[in-house]
Amino acid sequence: MIHNKDTLPQQPAPKGSIGPIAWLRGNLFNGPINSLFTLLGLYVLYLLVVPTIQWAFIDADWVGTSREDCSRVGACWVFVNARFSQFIYGLYPSEEYWRANIVFAMFAGIIAWMVIPRLPFKRWMTLFALLVFPVIAYVLLHGGYFDLPRVSTHRWGGLMLTLLLATVGMVGALPIGIVLALGRRSTMPIVRTFCVIFIEFWRGVPLITILFMASVMLPLFLPSEMNVDRLIRALIGLTLFQSAYMAEVIRGGLQAIPKGQDEAAAALGMTYWKRMGLIVMPQALKMMIPGIVNTFISLFKDTTLVMIIGLFDLLGIVQAALSDSRWLGFSIEGYVFAAFVFWIFCFSMSRYSQYLERKLNTGHKQ
Amino acid sequence: MSVRPNFRPAGHKPPFWRDRAKRALIFQIIVVAAVAAFLIYIVNNTQTNLDARGITTGFGFLNNTAGFGIGQTLIEYSSQSSYGRTFVIGLLNTLLVGGLGVLAASIIGFIVGIARLSPNWLIAKLANAYIETFRNIPLLLQIFFWYFAVLRSLPSARESMAFGEAIFLNVRGLYLPEPLFESGFGLIPATFVVAIIASIALVIWNKRRHEATGKRLPVFWISLVLIFGLPLLVLVVTGVPVTWEMPVLRGFNFGGGITIIPEFLALWLALSIYTASFIAEIVRSGIQAIPHGQTEAAQALSLPRKLVLRLVVIPQAMRVIIPPLTSQYLNLIKNSSLATAIGYPDLVSVFAGTTLNQTGQAIEVIAMTMAVYLIISLLVSMFMNWFNARVALVER
Repeated sequence: MIHNKDTLPQQPAPKGSIGPIAWLRGNLFNGPINSLFTLLGLYVLYLLVVPTIQWAFIDADWVGTSREDCSRVGACWVFVNARFSQFIYGLYPSEEYWRANIVFAMFAGIIAWMVIPRLPFKRWMTLFALLVFPVIAYVLLHGGYFDLPRVSTHRWGGLMLTLLLATVGMVGALPIGIVLALGRRSTMPIVRTFCVIFIEFWRGVPLITILFMASVMLPLFLPSEMNVDRLIRALIGLTLFQSAYMAEVIRGGLQAIPKGQDEAAAALGMTYWKRMGLIVMPQALKMMIPGIVNTFISLFKDTTLVMIIGLFDLLGIVQAALSDSRWLGFSIEGYVFAAFVFWIFCFSMSRYSQYLERKLNTGHKQ
Repeated sequence: MSVRPNFRPAGHKPPFWRDRAKRALIFQIIVVAAVAAFLIYIVNNTQTNLDARGITTGFGFLNNTAGFGIGQTLIEYSSQSSYGRTFVIGLLNTLLVGGLGVLAASIIGFIVGIARLSPNWLIAKLANAYIETFRNIPLLLQIFFWYFAVLRSLPSARESMAFGEAIFLNVRGLYLPEPLFESGFGLIPATFVVAIIASIALVIWNKRRHEATGKRLPVFWISLVLIFGLPLLVLVVTGVPVTWEMPVLRGFNFGGGITIIPEFLALWLALSIYTASFIAEIVRSGIQAIPHGQTEAAQALSLPRKLVLRLVVIPQAMRVIIPPLTSQYLNLIKNSSLATAIGYPDLVSVFAGTTLNQTGQAIEVIAMTMAVYLIISLLVSMFMNWFNARVALVER
């Protein structure tokens, strides 16, 4: 009997099934129609990418202070450079930029702490972010305390305002959304009806009419001696709008938890709030996080609408800078810059939500 | 552990705060009272504020003369028309951009969504790049880009870009030839309607015949020929009763033909491109949601590839696709209110903008505007519920 105790040496894969050429053949040129599509795609890519690079990098002007420095045919990034601090801080007085910078740094620190899984004390950090940080941020940005000069809210703007609107809208909407979602699932008919009407109303109308309502009708609704700041009015509108969407996300998460969980907790004699707080919510929250991040992304994009009621968020300040007579004709550069900033934020958030979805997938999904 | 005996003496009820039904009742009464108090507070304040400003409430203002012009009107309108007329004009303009936007966004979205699943690596990556780019940039920014950076920087009327001798594009808008219908043209839409009815009848008859005898006709191609060929035939037979009015440069501007204002173009482009990126994702995930076993099982029954798609994959994918798709359509219609930022005369821009500013009737105007959007969303969600009930899986 012949038998070989050694493993046979591995044979190389047949030629034509490995290597770049095989990959090309498999993915780009398998068949005449696919080859045609590939060539078409390459042509489109060529038409789009080459002129863009030419315009944005090769033929662009980067340094200078005035429009005379933009002598070449490409993009004039000098414009963005000259207006950069305005795009970030709005009309905030430049000698007070350090205050906004501290808030930015703390904000970035908190986000990093929450996002990086290894760092400890997440619970304390959350409490700090929700209870202490807003006070610090308000004192620093608004001033009026500790000898800090006051900076009234109509001078706030740029990316700072965009981030502020999005975060406050989001943090404010979360508790309201939870209450609405629980109310919508409640067995009490009146509570449920109110919640359904509230949610469907805010979801049915465009944000712009809500902002109009907040800026035109809110002063009518309140006693005349109560004068609400324009920023606060926009925030109220944004928060209510967002809370309705948040409620639907939370309801979706709650629905995904099997009923047996709630019933088992009830069988152990837990009260409604204990069942929700200890059993249902912690499980539901996990599944809601991607949805919450997605609504946050759309809120972040929707904050641009506040420029219509006269606040200068990032897009608003770019638009205002474009009508400056010294810099006429650089609208593409301005929009490309703003789009780039928004894109970075939204894209990284959506990637983060996809990552969370993979990480938190504990098998509830069918 | 022994079962605890019930120590409650007969006839003794627990205190009312331990009775769930009573607790719910009390809680609901408190909620109603709180909401009512809040509403009374607001109404009171509003009344005082309105009195202080000397504004009278009511819808009488709708009959007053508007006195302002509107850039795009689908029905007759002049500055002598009433405020009520501005509402209708705005509503029609909203529906126009919404309808055309839904159409374009669906076409682009389905193409990109299918391209995203293409086995061709390059095409899939290009589709992905499209989705990730346009989904993550605010819509308002895209509208501004198309309007201010692209359409507003087009050449003036004298140097306008010409496509053939019929289509012109310049800073004032897009100029297309306008068909002028002569007498006898009414026959063509009539044939069109007849052809559609005939096709529906054909489909029903074919289905019956198929079920009875197993034979069937290529209904799709026959109805295609019917619906498009028959009107064309009538058109030729009647001697083409249409003349085209070409746009002609007169002085500084074009006259004649159809003018599409740049505000419309910018809004329509931005809405379609933005929404299409969401639709593409919906289409992709809908197709991917169908388990591969379904396709394999259909192939095992030796169904041809075309029928596998038409009878197995697409009907199931549609069940996943349609609900989020309708909510995207709703979003598109709601987002068309961003028209006000570039001055396209939609409902919000004309009615909640100019009319509101001229009359000061904030409550009535905003309530009417919101009611329109609410009614549209309610109608769509009613359709959604009906559709969901129709296509829902029958589970045991």
